[in-house]
Amino acid sequence: MLLLVTAHLLLAGLLPMLVRRTGRWAFALAAIVPAATLLWALGRLSAVVSGETITQTFAWAPSIGLEVALRLDALSMLMIFLVSGLGALILVYCVYYFGSHGEGIGRTSALLLAFAGAMFGLVVADDLISLYVFWELTTVCSFLLVGQDGVGKKLRRSSVQALLVTVFGGLTMLMGIIMLGHAAGTFRISEIVADPPAGGSVGIAVALILVGAFTKSAQAPFHPWLPGAMVAPTPVSAYLHAASMVKAGVYLVARLAPAFADLTAWWLPVAVIGIWTMLIGGVRALFQNDLKTMLAYGTVSQLGFLMVLTGTGTYIGAIAGATMLLAHGLFKAALFLIVGIVDHQTGTRDIRKLSGLGRRFPVLTALAVIAAGSMAGLPPMLGFLGKEAAFQALLESGGTVDLLVLAGLVVGSVLTVAYSIRLVWGAFGDKPGVERIAAPSPSLGLVLPAAIPALAGLVLGLWSPPVYGLVKPYADAFRSGGESYYLALWHGFNLPLLLSVVVVVLGMLLYRLRERSGAESGPPVPHFLQAQTLYDRSVLSLEVLSYGVTGRLQVGSLPTYLGIILLTMLFIPGTAVLTGTTFLGEQQLWHSAVQVPVAVLVCIAAIALTMVRHRMTAVLLTGAIGYAIGALFIIDGGPDLALAQFLVETLTLVAFVFVLRKLPAKFTQIESAKRLRWPKVVIAVAAGSFVAVSTVIFSGARQAPPTSSEEFIANAPEGAHATNVVNAILVDFRAFDTVGEIVVLAVAATGVASLILAVRRTRTPSLPETDDQTLLATPGGPGSSGGAAGEHEGFDVGATKPAGVEGGRTGLATSGGLATSGGAADSGGSDPTNDEEGRR
Amino acid sequence: MTGSTVRRLSWEDWDTPREHWLLAGDARDGRERSVLLEVAVRLLFPTVLVLSLYLLFAGHNRAGGGFSGGLVAGQAFVLRYVAGGPLEMREAVRIRPPVIIGLGLSLAVLAGLVPTLFGATILESTYFQATVPVLGEIHLVTSLFLDVGVYVLIVGVVIDLLRTLGAGIEEQLVRTRRVAR
Repeated sequence: MLLLVTAHLLLAGLLPMLVRRTGRWAFALAAIVPAATLLWALGRLSAVVSGETITQTFAWAPSIGLEVALRLDALSMLMIFLVSGLGALILVYCVYYFGSHGEGIGRTSALLLAFAGAMFGLVVADDLISLYVFWELTTVCSFLLVGQDGVGKKLRRSSVQALLVTVFGGLTMLMGIIMLGHAAGTFRISEIVADPPAGGSVGIAVALILVGAFTKSAQAPFHPWLPGAMVAPTPVSAYLHAASMVKAGVYLVARLAPAFADLTAWWLPVAVIGIWTMLIGGVRALFQNDLKTMLAYGTVSQLGFLMVLTGTGTYIGAIAGATMLLAHGLFKAALFLIVGIVDHQTGTRDIRKLSGLGRRFPVLTALAVIAAGSMAGLPPMLGFLGKEAAFQALLESGGTVDLLVLAGLVVGSVLTVAYSIRLVWGAFGDKPGVERIAAPSPSLGLVLPAAIPALAGLVLGLWSPPVYGLVKPYADAFRSGGESYYLALWHGFNLPLLLSVVVVVLGMLLYRLRERSGAESGPPVPHFLQAQTLYDRSVLSLEVLSYGVTGRLQVGSLPTYLGIILLTMLFIPGTAVLTGTTFLGEQQLWHSAVQVPVAVLVCIAAIALTMVRHRMTAVLLTGAIGYAIGALFIIDGGPDLALAQFLVETLTLVAFVFVLRKLPAKFTQIESAKRLRWPKVVIAVAAGSFVAVSTVIFSGARQAPPTSSEEFIANAPEGAHATNVVNAILVDFRAFDTVGEIVVLAVAATGVASLILAVRRTRTPSLPETDDQTLLATPGGPGSSGGAAGEHEGFDVGATKPAGVEGGRTGLATSGGLATSGGAADSGGSDPTNDEEGRR
Repeated sequence: MTGSTVRRLSWEDWDTPREHWLLAGDARDGRERSVLLEVAVRLLFPTVLVLSLYLLFAGHNRAGGGFSGGLVAGQAFVLRYVAGGPLEMREAVRIRPPVIIGLGLSLAVLAGLVPTLFGATILESTYFQATVPVLGEIHLVTSLFLDVGVYVLIVGVVIDLLRTLGAGIEEQLVRTRRVAR
């Protein structure tokens, strides 16, 4: 299983490189891995259906008990069908969908594949920590997929919202996971479910985990990110909605329900928020004109439905939840892909503009009717079976709460029927007064991936034993009555059937009513109660808070920062040293006479450093101190240390001298700083003395060579085959630290480079700026406007801001009529240099 | 310079320098140049690099190692830069510094991962011994590869530092001077 996850990620890493050869076929290449995953899962289907589980564990960080535990059971299998099966179909669809665009194929295909891999890992993870890792991987992938290249403001806004909301939930969930793991004594999901922990903290943990599930599955009030994420290309939306990401929350609830469904902290939020979400989503979907947004709100609504079902924690409820999970994946994928085809062929998704497509694309219309029928819960589609089971589950348990939930679900289903009709009619109906759209027929490659899930929903509805076989092992975990229930189209004349009929009839009536009224927007919700406002406000207040904190902490004065650091050092370790250690130990003044002159040299250089006026002298004196300390290392018998010290010192000196070229030669002191001179002296002296005293104390505290070094020295020749123990530690005993350190070095070098070199890029004036210059310059009169024109040309070829800034000032002055045309011409005179710089 | 022996040169060209250690043809501001220093540094350059390699390999048993070796190699480039400026740097370094850094990091990480292929833990090192005709007995500890990675990375970091703090700032200075003029 881990191999499959790795295969996903590896190929995803390679795709951007391969795309140059393959072009749009990169998607087809990517589809191979999910398809292989599906085949792999199918090969284990019979074992899983008979109730077996397949497990795999890998030590990840054994020293802290972390391991990657993977487990394939019925629920995972169900999810793999969605994740990998639909994933492969959607990738194939992409080949034809993106064919005409051609840009960003490498990126999109790689991300989709990585997404599929992360989702696959998520659904087979049996360890809460590994699950969390995959969980956040999907978050990152979706952020990158929704954000695309990040050029549009809407793209950035939507992707950031998706990221913020889901990461907030993810982090909350992580807290819950840790609490739960702590209470249970294990992070293994199968063990937790088999023997659920009890106690007060478990309730809190479960509530925290639910927050994660709710944000991920776009439950109210976190739902707006999902419709917002509609800015992504349709195949991405299809995958996001049908198979992955948003299903993750439902999956987690389904996964943990056997253990916690009886807790109030579990079923209450699940039921209340689930129904709330189902209703909000349904109502909003009814008032959309964009097909994709309509589907998105439909997803929100359905996710609420799924959340309620998977959270109920009864046998029939589990059957209903799992069946609906499969049905929803199938019909939602089909519908998204169909909407994508409509968009691809006609260029619009607005139902007010679409007309006559039903006759144009009969096959597509039939598929859409099947898929939407499954969504509306019409027989003989799979969605009908799921909905019947859902009604039966709540009728069976029969408590007051259950009946209330049932009422909520019935209303939600009525809405579902209404927006399903609206969707199909809106996309394919002949509308009076709207010109029929003439569109080219879609290619088979586009239709086939949409047809498969749509038809699967129909076939599995007619022939349900395979679905029942798959969902039964999962439902068996619950065992609370109603085990005789089975999935079937016909259960006889009973209450659920009556409810279904009522739902369909009411749904049709509601649709008629809605079309009659012709309302453009839903029932008015006060602005401050809308979830999007809620999100905007919380983000805004966070920003205000961070501005406040940053503004007070980051004052932009190096001496202040240094002062704060030194004072902290004085107070915290200072008090610890004063209260903790009292002895000075046996102190030797020196153990080698050579140390004395070197130490004196260090002291002299340090004192002189405080008195110099020239920066260069200061740098050289610092260098002198560094070299002298290197000399002390040699005297004490540490050639490695000394060598490194000398080399680093030299390099630092060189770097300093390079930077000095940008700084004034002498230290300057402004008036206000002079008043702070004495406090500075006090802090510096105190900090210096503290370091000196503590050094003496610490060196006195060590009585014998530390045992760890002894071990290193003893093991170096045998363990690392090295006679240089320092090097043995660096590359062998503590090699991991070394790798970490060089990563830091690489990051630091890259950071410095980007800070210094990137300045040049941002200083290229953009075109609007040039326009501003002309605008500002023209009113200055005929004489100056000539100069401004020259300047304008200068900006076109110019590449540097220093010139740009000066030019800008000149431009401003010119507009005021203060500068002569000569002044402007002067700045125009820098053209050739600018030009030259620009070419570099 | 094997190419020059194969290709026949016309008599007018035969004594023009083609050797790498001689000066680049075009020069920056003449006043900022010291030919003697530049030539001397070019002569010194390979020697310093050899020294750095020695430090790299000696590190396991004597003072040295990838870090020190890399720094020494880096200083060789510092010498080139100090003597001849960005032009000299361009002569000495043909690969972009971030690439060198990435190369070093990849080398180190891969060297750490390779043991897992043989069932050992990450970064575990092993030991080979062989007798080679000319050099005699050779000991090879696999942790050397990690050290080589460190070496390459440090060289990259130093060169990157030269590029940013050295050439980067110099270019900015030159530019402001030109603008001011």
